[in-house]
Amino acid sequence: MKVTIDGHTIDVEPGTTILQAARKIGGDIVPPAMCYHSLIENTGGNCRVCMVKVAQGSERDPRPMPKLVPSCKTEVQDGMVVENISNPNVLEARKNVVELLLINHPLDCPVCDQAGECELQNLSFKHGVEMTFFEEDKRVFEMTSLGDKIKLHMNRCIVCFRCVKLVDQISPERQHGLLYRGDRAEISSYIQKAVDSEWSGNIIDVCPVGALTDKTFRFKSRVWFLKPMEAHRDCDTCSGNALVWMFGNEIYRVTMRNAPYGEHEELICNTCRFEKKNVSDWEIIGPREYPKFSVINQNNYVTPPKKVVINADKRLL
Amino acid sequence: MGRKIILKHDGTPNLKDYEVYRKLGGYRAVEKALKIMSPADVMEQVKISGLRGRGGAGFPTALKWSFLAHPEGKPIYLLCNADESEPGTFKDRYLMQYNPHFLIDGMICSAYAIGAHTSYIYVRGEYKFIIRILEKAIQEAYANGWLGKNILGSGYDLDIYVHSGAGAYICGEETALIESLEGKKGHPRMKPPFPAIAGLYGCPTVVNNVESLAVVSWIIQNGGEEYAKIGVGRSTGTKLISASGNIKNPGVYEIELGLSVNEFLYSDEYCGGMQFQGRDLKAVVAGGSSVPVLPKNLILKTVAGEDRLMTYESLSEGGFETGTMLGSGGFIVYDEAQCMVRNTWNFSRFYHDESCGQCSPCREGTGWLEKVLYRLEHGEGNERDIDQLVAITKKIEGNTICPFGDAASWPVASAVRHFRHEFEYHVKYREKVKNRKHFETEPMRLFMSEFLKVEA
Ligand SMILES: Cc1cc2nc3c(=O)[nH]c(=O)nc-3n(C[C@H](O)[C@H](O)[C@H](O)COP(=O)(O)O)c2cc1C
Ligand code: SF4
Ligand code: SF4
Repeated sequence: MKVTIDGHTIDVEPGTTILQAARKIGGDIVPPAMCYHSLIENTGGNCRVCMVKVAQGSERDPRPMPKLVPSCKTEVQDGMVVENISNPNVLEARKNVVELLLINHPLDCPVCDQAGECELQNLSFKHGVEMTFFEEDKRVFEMTSLGDKIKLHMNRCIVCFRCVKLVDQISPERQHGLLYRGDRAEISSYIQKAVDSEWSGNIIDVCPVGALTDKTFRFKSRVWFLKPMEAHRDCDTCSGNALVWMFGNEIYRVTMRNAPYGEHEELICNTCRFEKKNVSDWEIIGPREYPKFSVINQNNYVTPPKKVVINADKRLL
Repeated sequence: MGRKIILKHDGTPNLKDYEVYRKLGGYRAVEKALKIMSPADVMEQVKISGLRGRGGAGFPTALKWSFLAHPEGKPIYLLCNADESEPGTFKDRYLMQYNPHFLIDGMICSAYAIGAHTSYIYVRGEYKFIIRILEKAIQEAYANGWLGKNILGSGYDLDIYVHSGAGAYICGEETALIESLEGKKGHPRMKPPFPAIAGLYGCPTVVNNVESLAVVSWIIQNGGEEYAKIGVGRSTGTKLISASGNIKNPGVYEIELGLSVNEFLYSDEYCGGMQFQGRDLKAVVAGGSSVPVLPKNLILKTVAGEDRLMTYESLSEGGFETGTMLGSGGFIVYDEAQCMVRNTWNFSRFYHDESCGQCSPCREGTGWLEKVLYRLEHGEGNERDIDQLVAITKKIEGNTICPFGDAASWPVASAVRHFRHEFEYHVKYREKVKNRKHFETEPMRLFMSEFLKVEA
């Protein structure tokens, strides 16, 4: 099937979504996604930042789709023409959604453990508005815990459903979901129970914001001071392929291996994540590559030189 | 006098009892359908009748049924949407309370047409007493052989169950209703797939409003053509309207589509004019809280100067700039003493409370709207807020999973569009707004005439 996204045409299998097709093409034309995660079944459609315009439905039925559609949930048709960054309405709608995602967000990045690897931060840098006229009180929740390993900071949650659907996937019955509705909705494993699964720690990594954080790592270090190293151990439960975050020769935390677009390679078990923090537990393979301009890669995190403006009067660079 | 179909026997004592209903010709449609008609014939009659969904969207019923998939080995379900929670709408309650057999009658015909053997009536949680009425009626229908196995010896089986919701507006949205019926949280599903392909338990499903299903029995008994004779153009038949607000006779009325708004509002047969002497009409919400509100001049006449009629087409003439929608038929009337800002805030409060919270624009935006409107209404607003309201509605509209986001935006956008001066008044005279007693001694009208004079 042929699909054209912002002028780039690509051949894809039937059943591919617009987002997957765009990721195959790569570059600027890839819509951002906060709730879709390819490791988790059924995710997507909630955050509404990946909305695109379908200017031509298909070869057979060339009518455009009347509304913007979520690219992560819309399958391509043969001859579909999609507009993402080439359509000002799409960019406008995306800006608006990002603004709405931020109005109730506490913006407490300076004390948030996720800062530096937060998808909401990245999204707002790239697609956000400079200012908002929101001047009301934000909605607030009490901080809670999901068991003794995971902290839940509901104020920061963007209700992307990644954790809910991941828990659905790793456990035979419903353990974790959404209480209440509207902007009072709360993620919960009903009254602070721990999610009963060997894989529950993975919800920390898939959470795009700092709503779910690792209690064994909280406030220990900023992520950009740590070096992400590929590591392996022989584990009975999972593959043992993980990422260990080191400072000097100490392991501060263990996470899933990252994949492009804020995703991850494969789930790891709780034993590897929470209990194996000695260097002797792991076979360290080598440094993990992170995108050049990510905060994690702080040594490379420079503004391209042509944008540097020197204001001699104010002594500003 | 307009023709009556649903309220034909309105006022008959004990109409909700089986014996009374049967004596008045009840269940003859089922006899006719099961004995001499094929499902395709029933479908054809509904198609000829031009019946359109009465739940809000006005989608042609027969067309919806024709989309049904027929996969091997999967049952088809018919769901009756009785989750009526739209502010200003109370017609389904009236129908089910006084004439429950009429609904069951229509449901049997409809289920037969689409080949469903199981059907659910999803009733709003607050309507507990109606659930009892419906359950009694269903028992009577079973006892008299209208439901169950091999109805009338035709070989056709049908079971109808009543399911109580828990009182969430969003469960009226058809896919949220299906989720709720499956025992999950009422979150609308992403479409496609539409329920006609994969609905309840992944099986093909039709969701219809109470009123849409009930009239099918009349259509079968009297023929689709007879039904299509009533009404104008593509708005055929009659419609129940729930009239409320500042009118002499609030209540549920059955009108022939095509009646002029003017007649509906002022004739004694219907609303009977305004409630209080000397207070003129200010505005009307014509189809339940989700549709745009229109001021007096625009609800009585279109911009082109034609009389506005109670039809799907006429009410929506002028688009969102100067038109509105028939919606679910919740006709709310405001006189000059009412405050549009307070009313809009009230609606927004409802939508803030009822948003399911599944998608970001609606979850965050409805709360923002309510907070801004709260400030305006309580004398804490500023100039920028008015434009901000419109800007927020633009951020929500069209970006959501289900039409709830639009439904929350339209009342606000239209109120600002048509009654901007009242919002400006609230910003300019904050102290007065803070201290007035609503709906009591200080009618908005006095304020407004004074204000408009100053502005001029
Ligand atoms: C937020 C929302 C609430 C709704 N509530 C109701 C309702 O209470 N009753 C109803 O019949 N339809 C309601 N609908 C419309 C249904 O989704 C659906 O269109 C309708 O039941 C179809 O029936 P019809 O074709 O007979 O109109 C609602 C839709 C939305 C988006
Ligand atoms: S806690 Fe995190 S992963 Fe879960 S819904 Fe909220 S933002 Fe998404
Ligand atoms: S628009 Fe509102 S009610 Fe509808 S799915 Fe989104 S959050 Fe839920």
